[in-house]
Amino acid sequence: MLSKRIIPCLDVRNGRLTKGIKFKGNVDIGDPVEAARAYYEQGADEIVFYDITASAEARAIMLDVVKKVAETIFIPFSVGGGIGTVEEMRRVILAGAEKVSVNTAAVKNPGIIAEGAKAFGSQCIVLGMDVKKVSANIEIPSGYEIVIHGGRTFTGLDALQWAKEAARLGAGEICLNSIDADGTKDGYELELTALISSHVNIPVIASGGAGKPEHLLDVLTRGKADAALIASMVHYRTHTIAGIKTFLHDRGVKTRMLW
Amino acid sequence: MIGIVDYRAGNLTSVARALEALNETCIVTNDGELLDDATHIIFPGVGAAGAAMTNLRESGLDLHLKRWVREGKPILGICLGTQVIFDRSEEDDTPCLGIVPGEVKRFPANLREGGLPLKIPHMGWNGVIFQEGRAGHPVFAGIPADAEFYFVHSYYPAPADESWAVGWTDYGIRFCSAVGRGNLVAVQFHPEKSGRPGLTLLANFCRWGGTHAQ
Repeated sequence: MLSKRIIPCLDVRNGRLTKGIKFKGNVDIGDPVEAARAYYEQGADEIVFYDITASAEARAIMLDVVKKVAETIFIPFSVGGGIGTVEEMRRVILAGAEKVSVNTAAVKNPGIIAEGAKAFGSQCIVLGMDVKKVSANIEIPSGYEIVIHGGRTFTGLDALQWAKEAARLGAGEICLNSIDADGTKDGYELELTALISSHVNIPVIASGGAGKPEHLLDVLTRGKADAALIASMVHYRTHTIAGIKTFLHDRGVKTRMLW
Repeated sequence: MIGIVDYRAGNLTSVARALEALNETCIVTNDGELLDDATHIIFPGVGAAGAAMTNLRESGLDLHLKRWVREGKPILGICLGTQVIFDRSEEDDTPCLGIVPGEVKRFPANLREGGLPLKIPHMGWNGVIFQEGRAGHPVFAGIPADAEFYFVHSYYPAPADESWAVGWTDYGIRFCSAVGRGNLVAVQFHPEKSGRPGLTLLANFCRWGGTHAQ
């Protein structure tokens, strides 16, 4: 039986973590390679890097980070943020990432999903979706709309229809981020996660809202998620990956307990 | 030196990086004669069986692989590399290398476990039940029974002769996730992406002389 995956997400800008991560003795780690190594050793099942860099120069720095991470950790990791062409995907994959995630670029050009899947296989292509709750209407029957630009721009795309379309185009996985829940630490958007996960036949990673282990338990059971993304709850050492896994394991959720 | 067979089936650098972390020297190439110099051969790969077989035939690597198996060189198949050593794959209905008797089948639709529907591909961490005791394969030595490995695949190996199977995994059905006989051992999961248990497996392989009595 598959284990539910626990995936720390690291935001990177110009080759450094946007917020330092607290480790033993409250030492602040700003180096993404060192942070990835620490999470690898602490039992992360996968790691996600989100590159919030804009300039081409900083993109080259990110590729160097990816290469060093690939030499350091021996679990899958994915890279997202600003990837919009097959050539950009290729550079990140050749640098050593298992997966690339596309978000805004796929909304603007859904063909990128099919092109990426054809070039590298579906297992490499993650669709990142940022979603906001709206009142259901003819255009947005599920009541969940895809947004871009950090939630400032509504796209008119229904989240459920977009998820199904992305799976049809060849996305291998969906990383589903609720803009409403993001940063609240009040828990994942369970209704949204269950809706998407039960209507597509590819894995769904829940994102946004994690503040305590109970939230992961909820989203991996009632929310039907295959994996859960976490950030601040482990970055600031409020919780540890091992502690979260033990909590889940004790409550009957299968997690990888030996690493 | 460990030879990694490059037949344009995905990015093979992750296997090379894992070997480097184990202080093994390796070469990644599609040149069969350069690979002849390697003491051990790793045959990895991700992607589709049809394209993989076309590349293997066009490069002549199919014949080299069969020869290395005959000559007794230790060989480790990984993921797609494991699938194409069988007679045939249901993926694109592809005739394969025919080194291991049997087929590679697609996971049935509507797989369920504990009453819940399962997704395809089988993607993530899962356990492997390895043969134990005297029949246990030396490449899996020292790996704890509850270790998990990283899988990502939609098709699974089904050896015609069960005595080839040396490991099994449950995903709605119980399938064969490792085969081995003589100098050949092949796994459906990715040891290079499976943390410490995966690195143990790779280190065992690099030290393995290529015999396994069954």
